[in-house]
Amino acid sequence: MDLSFNAEERAFQDEVRGFIAKNLTEEMKRATALTPSVFSDPDIGMAWQRALHRQGWGAPGWPVEYGGPDWTPAQRWIFETESARAGVPNVNVMGVKMVGPVIIGFGSPEQKNFYLPRILSGEDYWCQGYSEPGSGSDLSSLKTRAVRDGDDYIINGTKIWTTHAHHANRMFALVRTSDGPRQQDGISFVLIDMTTPGITTRPILTIGGDHEVNQVFFDDVRVPVANRVGEEGKGWTYGKYLLEFERGSGIASAKLREGLKAIAELAESDLTGRAIDSPDIASRISEVEVDIDALEMTELRVLSALQTGQNPGAVSSILKLRNSEIRQAVTRLGVDVIGHDALAVEPMRPLYKLNHEPAVPEEMLTVVPEYLNGRAYTIFGGTSEIQRDIIAKMMLGI
Amino acid sequence: MDLNLSDEQRLLRESAERFVAESYDADHRRKMAKDPSGFSPDVWKQFAELGWLALPIAEEFDGLGGGTVEIGILMEAFGRGLVSEPYVATVVLGAALIERCGSTAQKQARLPKVADGSLKLAFAHSERAARFDLTKVATVAHKTAQGWRLAGSKIAVLDGHAADEIIISAHIHDHQGPSGRIGLFLVPAKTPSVSISDYERLGGGRACNIELSGVELPEDALLGDGSDALSAIEWAVDRTMAALGAEAVGIMQVLLDTTLEYTKIRKQFGRPLSANQVIRHRLADMAMQVDESRSMALRAALKADSPPVERARAASGAKAKIGKCARFVGEQSIQLHGGMGVTEELEVGAYFKRLVAFDTLFGGSAHHYGRHAWLGRTTQPA
Repeated sequence: MDLSFNAEERAFQDEVRGFIAKNLTEEMKRATALTPSVFSDPDIGMAWQRALHRQGWGAPGWPVEYGGPDWTPAQRWIFETESARAGVPNVNVMGVKMVGPVIIGFGSPEQKNFYLPRILSGEDYWCQGYSEPGSGSDLSSLKTRAVRDGDDYIINGTKIWTTHAHHANRMFALVRTSDGPRQQDGISFVLIDMTTPGITTRPILTIGGDHEVNQVFFDDVRVPVANRVGEEGKGWTYGKYLLEFERGSGIASAKLREGLKAIAELAESDLTGRAIDSPDIASRISEVEVDIDALEMTELRVLSALQTGQNPGAVSSILKLRNSEIRQAVTRLGVDVIGHDALAVEPMRPLYKLNHEPAVPEEMLTVVPEYLNGRAYTIFGGTSEIQRDIIAKMMLGI
Repeated sequence: MDLNLSDEQRLLRESAERFVAESYDADHRRKMAKDPSGFSPDVWKQFAELGWLALPIAEEFDGLGGGTVEIGILMEAFGRGLVSEPYVATVVLGAALIERCGSTAQKQARLPKVADGSLKLAFAHSERAARFDLTKVATVAHKTAQGWRLAGSKIAVLDGHAADEIIISAHIHDHQGPSGRIGLFLVPAKTPSVSISDYERLGGGRACNIELSGVELPEDALLGDGSDALSAIEWAVDRTMAALGAEAVGIMQVLLDTTLEYTKIRKQFGRPLSANQVIRHRLADMAMQVDESRSMALRAALKADSPPVERARAASGAKAKIGKCARFVGEQSIQLHGGMGVTEELEVGAYFKRLVAFDTLFGGSAHHYGRHAWLGRTTQPA
């Protein structure tokens, strides 16, 4: 057993560092640090995606034939870790990490040829149409309906929590094409052009003051049947595949560590009156750091299993849950560390383009919005309650 | 980067788990709990035959040259069976301190005997007034014409009653007075003026308090050259905490498995307990905390030879986190067993008590989060 990297891996680490040093501008770095929502705005995020694509690193998890870089799990770890350390933009995952693998796994040759290059290059910007107002954790109860009419489906209904729908030109969505005996049956996976007539997008502001999610309405929206991925009625399987694709490749600890580092630096600074001199704050910082250490070791154990072709098993279901809980612990600590300055709320967005002097130092601007918006981490992508159901079922067999 | 077990490590794990499963059942544990020696000499002999006593000792002293990861593998299996033999006291603390600090003659005289099972050791360092602060030692060793005279009190000495020789820490006072250095002294257990009062330790095994009232020792009782032993003590305790963390993982795994089985069998309101979501979620949390503890014990073991601050933060982080998880898993195991969990009729209580002892040994979570924080500062308080 060994925690250190071998010579080849260290060489790759240097290559990643070199690439980041050359391509990450101060502007991108500052914009990323001052973004209190999950993903960077497209102007920042897609600039980074284009740089990655030029390097051949646009889609780390894809097979080589579709443009993936053919990295080992250790290389992916190094790439993600170095990216987090440097503070690179948070590229919206809907294209590369979500719809991409589904098109690769189940799409037609035409769909692959058309969509995949456009995802890689950042030409297309995707959003995900899964949740509905009446279908949250019980996703397969979804009611947005697609009715066949010649070579088209006519879609009516609504999707909610749609991240960056106001930026996206495409949506992948789960829609009901028939009513089966089980509610999971009769769901299809379709690709929708967001400029199609009949689609309207309503912004939803989150409690941190950010516009990241939306509600999207479909009013007799015509989508070609050719835009369906795979078989009609099998959408649930593809949708689940999409979620499973990320399992075992979760690498979150490096980002959490950077987030905690920023809070610890504030705690050691005169800006907070040296919050760290309170033994309670100091111990809580350590408690969160140790939780990140544990998550990192679990990630590395999963990675080691993957390296030798073993199935990491249900351990990987723990990763999402712990990541989201620790993320919240970091942001909660941040609010406590900045003290009185938590009262000052900056309403303007983006925070990296303010045209006035904010009430608090720049280092503190995102602290409260990140805490408030961060409540969503244990809700999206399957709530913590759903994750515990999965762990009980998959790991414990109950 | 590779966290997979090697073939040798896999074999070690298999043989340790097999040994514990075959020789360490509930009857054996109950018998040992009543035995004034607290452990079985036959089992100790088997440990020697299996090479476990030689495991971390260097090859030049008849050892196997194993590392902290191998110790962790063994300790996790020991945890599964609540093994009560004085392995930590003799091998993980005692032999390690001698190997690190001792002269060649001191090592040659002792380490091969530890490896073959004929010498048992203990380490007496903690004192009442010091609480968990390793730097505080009130016991004094005065230089005399013949050697040394020790005076002071030690508490919570693991398996001191079983030891042939006890390593005792004391502040060295030479002819000029206090030297500011802590020395380690090799004291045969039968030395006059060494008074040992031993007791049944919470969760199995034994521990003792030691009174040293003017203990006369020869010159060569001082381990090594008399340079300050504090860094060696911190090093040894950090490694021990990693080992105990692995043991706690084994204990927690048994509690999780046992409790899971029980909730499947026990029926109330016409259905198994595990049919209730509140129970399933509790068990999911327990499983998660066992897994996090496993990660932390491994991390502390892998960093046991890192530079001091990194090693100490990994050890304290592991001790704090595993202690917290251990309390949760232990307390919830009892809760989910209902009234039966509070009785001596089930083994759940025995496993829980060993976890409470683990959390207490060398300092609980609050102490170790504090140490971790202190060592992690980049600036000192104004």
